Amino acid sequence: MANPNQMTEAGAESSREFLTFTLGAEEYGIDILKVQEIRGYDTVTSIANTPDFIKGVINLRGVIVPIVDMRIKFHLGQVEYDQFTVVIILNVAGRVVGIVVDGVSDVVALSPEEIRAAPNFSSRLDTQFIMGLGALEERMLILIDIEKLMTSREMELVDEASA
Amino acid sequence: MSVDMSQFYQIFFDEAEEHLAEMEKLLLSLDIGNPGTEELNAIFRAAHSIKGGSGTFGFTDMAEVTHVLETLLDKLRKGELQLRTEMVDAFLMAVDVIKTQLAAHRGEGERDESAEVEVCRNLEELSENQTLDPMTRYEIALQDLPQPLIEQLKRIGEAQIEEKEGEFRILLLTSESELVIREMLEFFVPTDAVSMSKVEESYGFFDTPEEDESFGFFEPEPEPYGFFEPEQVEEAYGFFEPVVEIPKKAEEPKAKPAVQSETIRVSVEKVDQLINLVGELVITEAMLAQTAAGLDSAVFEKLQASLAQLERNTRDLQESVMSIRMMPISFVFNRFPRVVRDLAAKLEKQVELATEGETTELDKGLIERIADPLTHLVRNSLDHGIESPEKRVASGKNPKGKIMLRAFHRGGSIVIEVSDDGGGLNRKRILEKAASRGIPVHEGMPDGEVWQLIFEAGFSTAEVVTDISGRGVGMDVVKRNIHELGGRIEIESKEGMGTRISISLPLTLAILDGMSIGVSDQTLIIPLNCIVETLQPRKSEIKSVSGEKRLLGVRGEYVPMVVLHEVFNLPPKSQDIEQGVAVIVEVDGRKVALFVDDLLGQHQVVIKSLESNYRKVHGISGATIMGDGSVALILDVSELLAA
Repeated sequence: MANPNQMTEAGAESSREFLTFTLGAEEYGIDILKVQEIRGYDTVTSIANTPDFIKGVINLRGVIVPIVDMRIKFHLGQVEYDQFTVVIILNVAGRVVGIVVDGVSDVVALSPEEIRAAPNFSSRLDTQFIMGLGALEERMLILIDIEKLMTSREMELVDEASA
Repeated sequence: MSVDMSQFYQIFFDEAEEHLAEMEKLLLSLDIGNPGTEELNAIFRAAHSIKGGSGTFGFTDMAEVTHVLETLLDKLRKGELQLRTEMVDAFLMAVDVIKTQLAAHRGEGERDESAEVEVCRNLEELSENQTLDPMTRYEIALQDLPQPLIEQLKRIGEAQIEEKEGEFRILLLTSESELVIREMLEFFVPTDAVSMSKVEESYGFFDTPEEDESFGFFEPEPEPYGFFEPEQVEEAYGFFEPVVEIPKKAEEPKAKPAVQSETIRVSVEKVDQLINLVGELVITEAMLAQTAAGLDSAVFEKLQASLAQLERNTRDLQESVMSIRMMPISFVFNRFPRVVRDLAAKLEKQVELATEGETTELDKGLIERIADPLTHLVRNSLDHGIESPEKRVASGKNPKGKIMLRAFHRGGSIVIEVSDDGGGLNRKRILEKAASRGIPVHEGMPDGEVWQLIFEAGFSTAEVVTDISGRGVGMDVVKRNIHELGGRIEIESKEGMGTRISISLPLTLAILDGMSIGVSDQTLIIPLNCIVETLQPRKSEIKSVSGEKRLLGVRGEYVPMVVLHEVFNLPPKSQDIEQGVAVIVEVDGRKVALFVDDLLGQHQVVIKSLESNYRKVHGISGATIMGDGSVALILDVSELLAA
């Protein structure tokens, strides 16, 4: 992830900005440059014979966009759909994908010193998708390599051939 | 040269292609006996443009061939040579050669150098050949002219006789050599009483006083400048009469045909982007209209009026944007005169090709993909449909067969018809052939179903397999191609009267005619082109086989049933099968009854890819956006059937 493009403008040296969101009690961070927009949850057209965390597809200004509910995928938080349900539209690997999360908190800048390597532990979220842990005062952010996660076979978003 | 020419190559290639197509079209329409000067000039201009362009870009091979072509054309348009069928053939061959060269320069094939040499030699020969005009003019003067001599002279050529001061003057146009004529003359009249001279290029405007040796003195320059209207062989010579100078017509201002209008070249991607955007606009407009429909029209009258205006404007906009991608079908039809001409000659059949509705427009993508199936159908008509002239005469028909290509709009689709007045399909032979191939058939099958059999793979009833058709690969490919384009193909045929094959296609590739159906709480789209019928099944019509697979009896035919909510694992709206609807679909000759909850309506939907952001879903070919902004999935019926 040492892509120079991902450095922020204000960023001193290699400080990077992350969009943070919550899933249950956990706080996650994803590279802000992968985020296209944030919107509310709309009616989704479900697709038959797909895993339950793939909610279906929506019409995003004429583009058909699949929606993944991260809460179902990682068994976190209350799976409810109301006016407060948030969808983060991501732009990863040339594709547009929406993820449903509990709530979007803020955008934080993290300098390299504030990012700790992820310890090796077993969890539902494979550590290969965790870029590191962000320490921010009392908060701990789980930094996800969202591009790697979304294109992984696990998410069933891409065809086997291209996964 | 510092300028990079390669950036202009594409333009040159496109233009050259257009010029070649134009040349071919004009050549085929030339009246051999009396070619129009304007047509010859137009062909010359097209050839000249190609020559100029290929010279500039350094494609010397193309320049060479076009140069030779031009030389002969130039002589023709100046009237130095008479147009002959061999010349048109040679020109067409040259056009083919240039096409191959063009393709080679584009990197899409190999040059055929032997053909290039052959064509150039052929053209050169033709342009020289007549310079040694086999028809030579002789002027003969003699005192006595016996009747048998006149007859003899008239037999070998054209003779004009004039009597002047007791002397006869004969102007003879013949292909016989001078020696033969002399011998003939000497047979009737004493040698010394005859004087004979060869007229090199007689323009008939020299008032030669006597038959004197100085005739050649007044001869015009051997290379005429075309100042004078060349004489027609059949016409009178205006013997000794001064001919009014006719200004050369050939160099008239290059007035292009009136149909030419100003155009710009735009890349297809830009147009497609525009079409996509307009598609979005239409959807947004529909969403707005739907929201506004719920408002109190007393209060929001103005808003609703403006929305109605918006709707009209968007529809107009959509139509005009769509029309950018539209091309007249003449782009495809224009290739057929050539195909038919070549093939008819090869098969020794007499065929006349007529086209109708060439201006009917359809999507560029469709135009490109309809050409091959159509060519196949035309070749088939010519090979199998049209009978030999003898056979036609025997059955009381005009020896010249007729193939008709028609294109027209019907509803939201384009219909293209290929019809012939040939022998028609042979019902008996098709049934026999089908039975021998193990296809279930019976005598009482309706014609329509029998004709559909010829679309089976490997099906050919041609008595003789020719290199043109009859191997049975083809009709199935034609049907598949048409299906891929979202179209349908139908055959009508009457033995002894002919066959008509009609193809109906959607207006564009991006738009699909679909039937929206409800399954559980979902809306799905079934492409209309594969729906045979819909019916409400009765319990008694549903049969089970080994307690599992269900079959639906439709007028004595048993069709397997596919229950969509089972396929998609959705809770059914009603357990009672009589509450639902069975949609009979047919793909690749297989019929299946899709069992759905409701029929919602018929729409034209814009196809969107599901795979660009997601992956392939089994049984789904794509998605579309409905008027309310929601997404509906489009069923891939053939995939469902394969399951």
